[in-house]
Amino acid sequence: MQMLSTPQEATRALAKKRAWHWLEYVFWLAAAASVFLLPSQHSLLTQIAIWSLFAISLDLILGYAGIVSLGHAAYFGFGAYIAALFAINVTGEPVTGLAVAAIASGLLGLVTSLLVLRGSDLTRLMVTLGIALVIYELANQMSWLTGGADGLTGMPVDPVLGLLPISFRPLNAYGYVLAVVFVLFIVVRRIVHSPFGMSLRAIKGNPLRASQIGVPNNLRLIAVYSIAAAYAGVAGALLAQTTPVVSLTYIDFQRSADVLLMLIIGGTGYLYGGIVGSALFLIAQKFIGNVTPQYWEFWIGFALVVIALFARDRGVFSIFQRIAAGFGKQLP
Amino acid sequence: MNALETVHLEKRFGGIVPTNDVSLTVREGARHALIGPNGAGKTTLINLLTGVLKPSGGQIKLGGEDITGLKTHQRVARGISRTFQINQLFGELTPLESIVFAIGEREKLGTRFWRGFGSEDAIVAEAITIAKQFGLSDALDALTSALPYGKQRQLEIALAIAGKPRVLLLDEPAAGVPEAERHEILEIVAALPKDVTVLLIEHDMDIVFGFADRISVLVEGKLFVEGNPDEIENDPRVRAVYLGERADG
Repeated sequence: MQMLSTPQEATRALAKKRAWHWLEYVFWLAAAASVFLLPSQHSLLTQIAIWSLFAISLDLILGYAGIVSLGHAAYFGFGAYIAALFAINVTGEPVTGLAVAAIASGLLGLVTSLLVLRGSDLTRLMVTLGIALVIYELANQMSWLTGGADGLTGMPVDPVLGLLPISFRPLNAYGYVLAVVFVLFIVVRRIVHSPFGMSLRAIKGNPLRASQIGVPNNLRLIAVYSIAAAYAGVAGALLAQTTPVVSLTYIDFQRSADVLLMLIIGGTGYLYGGIVGSALFLIAQKFIGNVTPQYWEFWIGFALVVIALFARDRGVFSIFQRIAAGFGKQLP
Repeated sequence: MNALETVHLEKRFGGIVPTNDVSLTVREGARHALIGPNGAGKTTLINLLTGVLKPSGGQIKLGGEDITGLKTHQRVARGISRTFQINQLFGELTPLESIVFAIGEREKLGTRFWRGFGSEDAIVAEAITIAKQFGLSDALDALTSALPYGKQRQLEIALAIAGKPRVLLLDEPAAGVPEAERHEILEIVAALPKDVTVLLIEHDMDIVFGFADRISVLVEGKLFVEGNPDEIENDPRVRAVYLGERADG
């Protein structure tokens, strides 16, 4: 085993853990290139980018803090409705809308986290599910505000920062969404590698010992839950800004279940799982689903069973890792 | 000056009283051992001292300050720390990360969500020093879950020391360590900084008499007798309830 006997060596060892892998550069360069090289797929790519952000937000609480949620769409949908209502009533400038949605969903996360963090995994699962059902029904009943089952239409989408028009311009819209996702990815990557992020992994790994080291476990979990809710809210707001109608499907159980599926397929706890998972999920859905919808359900169910049994932590990524290991390469 | 003190401490679970009117004082800088047969209430007492359990009555004082109502992490911040009989480590972190993290929490950096530990030269240097002291230099960059049991045991103590406690509760530090690796753990325990007050909870009499300058015997939830090692060894009542097992065997 390697000796680390000087602070310089130790600092290098710590830095290595958080350094960018070359594959990450390749990935983001490819994503940027897709804005110009794949014009025919912009609508699919925009969906992938938005779902990726949503899945990353779930990864933050599931993969890093160990909180299982079946109701993450509550914050996604809440952010979408807030962004739409804000655009209709105040201003249609998208970035302002994102900020408002982030704050609103973050606050909803803060309040509901107090309920979620009580109890064990099963309790949490039920509470998150319950919260999402409550938010769904509120949106359904308050039709004077939300449009109820008909959805909310007529949301104005002004040029981004007054400069870049995105309404009915798929290339600009995708570029905008991708830029937002990239910036928020950089932020979350810093967060998970920060002292705060390390305390989350410690709490997930061993809550008993974490508190014995002096970590106020619950405060940290409340903080990360609120951050994740804010991220989900931004994802919802992005979808609202790039889709003509905000409807109840933004909050429904299917969405909470799908995002969990995507994350599990891609793997938890390394941030790219949400991106890989949502890309595979949506691409497969598009191409298999076009052939016959039943086939889609069959294959997604099949994939889930295989991954749950053989590659639970890192999803399909662990399969790549094994292949890479066979070539003597190490992936992050 | 008493580093740690309990005043008429009591814990009831229904009709069972695992901690029954315990008034224990641990002097500043002491090497104090708490012994007692199985089921004497040693673990309950530790859980009361660290705030995992709430007492049914009585008080706990740390350096004269009443800490009875404080939560675990607040007590840690005031200087009481513990190790576990069964390793409680962070398997997915390396020992380097774990120690740096423990020091960082002590230094109140845990809410910092932007800059990492890489820029904290003082913390990294301290982690290296602690690693040397605990024989972990050659294992710092491996996954904790992949370390040999003895090394994990050493990390278990290193993590508690990284918090710079005033009072350290050692719960059977050599538990499960093979005979051949035992001396290393015992040397580490013996070399703990003198200004740290240590309360050792231990089953193994050789370890207790080799280490402690003060011994308290707990029997059926009550503080049975207290004294220096000679007094305890020669106390016929202690021999009867405790050491008797060994004399017969």
